[in-house]
Amino acid sequence: MALRKSKVTAPDRIETDLAIKVENAHYEYPAGNVVALSGVNLEVKRGELLGIIGQNGSGKTTLTKLLNRLLKPTSGNVYVNGLLTTNRSVQEMSAHIGYVFQNPNHQLFARTVKDELEFGPRNIGVDDSEIDVRVADAIEFFGLEAYVEEHPYRVSFPVRKLVGIASVLTMKPSILILDEPSTGQDHQTTRVINSLMRRLAEDGTTVICVSHDMPLLADVVERVIVMRNTEVIADASPREVFADRDLMLTTNLQAPQITEISLATVTKRGGPIALTAQELADDIVSRVAQGGTK
Amino acid sequence: MTEPILSFRNVTYTYPGTEEPALSDINLEIMPGEYVGIVGLNGAGKTTLGLCVNGVVPAMLGGTRTGEVVVSGLDVDEYPVREMAKIVGMVFDNPEFQMSQITCAEEVALGLENAGVDVDTMTESVAQALELVGLKGFQERSPLGLSGGQQQRLAIAAVLAMKPQVLIMDEPTSNLDPIGKQEVFGLARTLNQDYGMTVIVIEHEVEVLADFADRILVMDKGKVVMNGTPTEIFSKVDAVNKLGLRVPEATELANILEKQGFWKGPKPIRTGEAISRVTEMMGGS
Repeated sequence: MALRKSKVTAPDRIETDLAIKVENAHYEYPAGNVVALSGVNLEVKRGELLGIIGQNGSGKTTLTKLLNRLLKPTSGNVYVNGLLTTNRSVQEMSAHIGYVFQNPNHQLFARTVKDELEFGPRNIGVDDSEIDVRVADAIEFFGLEAYVEEHPYRVSFPVRKLVGIASVLTMKPSILILDEPSTGQDHQTTRVINSLMRRLAEDGTTVICVSHDMPLLADVVERVIVMRNTEVIADASPREVFADRDLMLTTNLQAPQITEISLATVTKRGGPIALTAQELADDIVSRVAQGGTK
Repeated sequence: MTEPILSFRNVTYTYPGTEEPALSDINLEIMPGEYVGIVGLNGAGKTTLGLCVNGVVPAMLGGTRTGEVVVSGLDVDEYPVREMAKIVGMVFDNPEFQMSQITCAEEVALGLENAGVDVDTMTESVAQALELVGLKGFQERSPLGLSGGQQQRLAIAAVLAMKPQVLIMDEPTSNLDPIGKQEVFGLARTLNQDYGMTVIVIEHEVEVLADFADRILVMDKGKVVMNGTPTEIFSKVDAVNKLGLRVPEATELANILEKQGFWKGPKPIRTGEAISRVTEMMGGS
């Protein structure tokens, strides 16, 4: 069935405080009429930290590609910083929205790590002295000092992933999309990514993180949208989302271990839902100290 | 007495063009039928250790290795990698990268073809391997049309068709959603428990290892620095944290409570254990 395209043209630019506004977006891949996204509405405020979760194939990556204009919606509108993406080029949008691919091999191509970090800002016309400052800052933050002159493909996969993130950050986009940033990373590096997301949000950057890493999201984001079968089926705080057992079951997702322990113990007795071991420990201590509550 | 299926004696290995050894003086024995988890920071030597087992290190990647690696009674240095591939199967984190063929059957048959197996035997082995990983009848399907979990199971089928005694999985589920993760680890458990296959898995998610592994090796800077059951290893919360690694959240909870004098006795590593202990503490169900 062909989608009837609306004849009403959307405004090219809207006055808004929102970083992102998606209106009834549909997307159908041209080959084989595969619907990847149906009727998605989404508003993201500036400086918000948003997580997107859902099974492989639920539409998460398609949605993020609509945001950075790699894809145009089949119908519906996508506004980024008030600009209608359909009327603009990928390059124009790249000054507003940074996209870090899940697989760094899809985005790295320079000869050295340093060149890679300089490429983005140079491409959008940032002047040399400012580029130097940004690159030095990124090298320090990610601990890339030892790899500056290395070829991006000569460094290990986990380091390459950090280079991928750093090379987008040097463009200082006001919105950053991270697709599975903690995949293949050890605990120590995941903590670096965690603190990066917090720092960016504090500086007013809007951060959107697509991830299967529930403990990471539980720890960092304020809001989670849950996707299933091309639709957004829930939009709430991680606490509410992870506590919703039916939602976790129907989406084949799993809450962090600590939340499961919390739900079966203190939450069951009317206590709060814990997202971290510290939260749950504090609550248990206060209950046990009071002589236990039934 | 049973012989170990895998032993490392004084193994030190240095990659070409580097000075620091990636592995330094590894001594290790793994018994047939064990399910071993390896954890460690990136760069600790986990993947290199795995590549020593099938001989890719040093035969294909160069560098210098000293000491002795013996797999199923064979000295790895004396056999080519294609011979070792019949004993040791290895699966990596990105199944897509391992897919090169048009159909699932061809994908699974690739190793057998290289080993010169005849067509009838090959057809049968392919069918068996696909059935084993829960992809029965997928012979003519395209690998690219499969879900992430299915692709990784197909990669495992390609390895299983060689009927290896040891299966090494290097972060096999890092690109998979939780359901795909369950599929892959569930399959590995079946292969281990029902077929006695020795399984070695390199994995960052400690909750998964606590559920599945019999033994945990902790690596740091090219050495195996801790070696024990999941309960033994994860109970030493401070030692594990000091290496930049974490313990399961269930264990971390008990550790925080212990420091405040609210937890006595062994610390749980799995969800169920933690729930019963916490319920007990709060005065029954």
